[in-house]
Amino acid sequence: MRKRFLPLLVTILVFILAYAICTLQFPKILSWRVVGNLMTDNAFLGVVAVGMTFVIISGGIDLSVGAVIAFTGVFLAVTIQHGLPPELAFILVIGIAAIFGAAMGAMIHYLRTPPFIVTLAGMFLARGSCFLMTTNSVPVDHPLYVRLNEIFVQLPQGGRLSLVGIIMLVTVVAGSLLLHQTRFGTNVFALGGNRAAAAMMGVPIARTTILIYVLSATLSALAGIVYSLYTSSGYSLAAVGVELDTIAAVVIGGTLLTGGQGFVLGTFIGVLIQGLIQTYITFDGTLSSWWTKIVVGLLLFAFIAFHRLLVVLSARRLQAAPSPQRRGQPAETRSAASQPAKTSTEVRST
Amino acid sequence: MSTESAVTRLPAALRQALPQIIALAAVLLADWLIFPDFFQIRLQDGRLFGSIVDVFNRGAPVAILSIGMTLVIATRGIDLSVGAVMAIAGAVAATLINGGHGMPVAVLAALAVGIGCGLWNGLLVAVLDIQPIVATLILMVAGRGIAQLITEGQIVTFVDPALIAVANGNLLGIPMPVVITLVMLAITILLFRSTALGLFIEAIGINRLSSTYAGVNTRIVLTIAYAWCGLTAAVAGIIAAANIKGADANNAGLWLELDAILAVVIGGTSLFGGRFRLLLSFIGAIIIQAMNTGILLSGFKPEFNLIVKAAVIIVILIMQSNAPALLQNRYRRWRERQGREQERGTQGGAA
Repeated sequence: MRKRFLPLLVTILVFILAYAICTLQFPKILSWRVVGNLMTDNAFLGVVAVGMTFVIISGGIDLSVGAVIAFTGVFLAVTIQHGLPPELAFILVIGIAAIFGAAMGAMIHYLRTPPFIVTLAGMFLARGSCFLMTTNSVPVDHPLYVRLNEIFVQLPQGGRLSLVGIIMLVTVVAGSLLLHQTRFGTNVFALGGNRAAAAMMGVPIARTTILIYVLSATLSALAGIVYSLYTSSGYSLAAVGVELDTIAAVVIGGTLLTGGQGFVLGTFIGVLIQGLIQTYITFDGTLSSWWTKIVVGLLLFAFIAFHRLLVVLSARRLQAAPSPQRRGQPAETRSAASQPAKTSTEVRST
Repeated sequence: MSTESAVTRLPAALRQALPQIIALAAVLLADWLIFPDFFQIRLQDGRLFGSIVDVFNRGAPVAILSIGMTLVIATRGIDLSVGAVMAIAGAVAATLINGGHGMPVAVLAALAVGIGCGLWNGLLVAVLDIQPIVATLILMVAGRGIAQLITEGQIVTFVDPALIAVANGNLLGIPMPVVITLVMLAITILLFRSTALGLFIEAIGINRLSSTYAGVNTRIVLTIAYAWCGLTAAVAGIIAAANIKGADANNAGLWLELDAILAVVIGGTSLFGGRFRLLLSFIGAIIIQAMNTGILLSGFKPEFNLIVKAAVIIVILIMQSNAPALLQNRYRRWRERQGREQERGTQGGAA
């Protein structure tokens, strides 16, 4: 039980440690104002990362999220410019994204194709549709946008938690409940742990797979709405590379890339760690922004190596206390065999 | 096979390549219909010019990338970092040439760095047993940062004629990138097809564990595949840098990993590993470039490309999947059940 929380604990420790180091160098970083900005600036990444957490826990990957964010932004800008009420445009774009996600999930399940190539096609399709609508950056100056951007919760020391920050926090809480407290969440874990075993246990594989990608695409559209509010414009080249930041946030957050184990809360902290690195670079003023990429890359490697170590260690433990069936198996099957064992505890505990 | 058609009488190698050859012919035909001068080639200043030459010339970086990518995909892996490695190799070559080193030193250093990147990926995949898509993601994220570290955040331009000739020169009238592509293709085919290395790679792609039991040193073979992929990425990166006479850490090779994967898939190499055909990947890369050129010539926005590529991926996925076979199976089972019921019906009647 406690071992399951180890990756999450390490993530939280890394975040606290990083924040402490930043504070030692720049005491002003530990202020409500910076915290409020951290929430606002990373809101869209936080929203989309919640969806990605589900996808990765189920053993898949979604490369289309950045393109869907850009598509949403452009779609909103263009339709609002043509006189569509923003509320209706929001609903429309979320509906389109849901259908888009369902189509990708259905292809992944029924055609038995690797998720990355299907979502790659989805990425091309979504980006291409952006370009077809417009290649310019289209500003949004609807009064509703102005009004929504003025909503905030006052924090101490003049800090502000903006509406987009609130949307992210609500998404994280809702996502956490959905993952850890519902049957759908349990099914997602089961799917990532061992697909065949999950099918034999009676998990509705087709429905769960499709719903996971619907969720990811819908949250990407929500992130697109957040991004559109944040930038008050739509641009078809926006959010390039966000899929990588998102995957990095999920992995740094303690979710196993092999699937079957993970936390929405961890993902949220993973997003905050990335935001913190950027804030540090802004505070420093002399470092270039490309240091973000190198540090994120290093963190990614450290966490993946750490997860790998955990898997190897748990395989060793199984070897130390062998059951009659396991003794004769070769090394690689053994590490694979440790996976379903973990999932069954997962299923029982949720 | 009851009827012997014209298709079955073709040599096996050609028969396997038929879908790709038909696709290439169709795309080229479409290009020709859009632009009647498409196949016109003229010789000017000792170099060939023309749309068809341009297709091969511009398709060279993706074609070179697809060579290495084919090997990696055949091991049931994937290399997402090739675009970033291109940027690193270009940055190394440009920085060294501006530092007063000669062209051979700059190129060799860039190639060595490419192999180094490939070895890193290979280490993660083969020794640490991390899934390929994740292992190469690390370098994909960090690689552009490293490239910018080398160029110090600037676009490093250079004027060295020898290095520029890598992209703009020609050999016997053939543009240099095309020559380099063909040489790389020939070396790779020689190295992997006339030795057992290619067979080992395919064996690993089918089942890594049983290959290990069969005595294949899977770690070394996997590492070689990734290192070779890094080398091809470096070659492509040098050409891309020489082409614009500068190293752009942000944009060099951006999204080319996706084009390379697409070229390999069009070439008929299965994403599930186990078989590879280098020559067909090359044809796949040329098909992609011929489509790009066709879209440009027809006056559509170049952005239209992405939608066409998405459509191509979806069609290939449906063709590669077992959906047609599944339908056929279901139909056969339905027929059998019908037959059995009929039989039971007649038996019941007899009793």
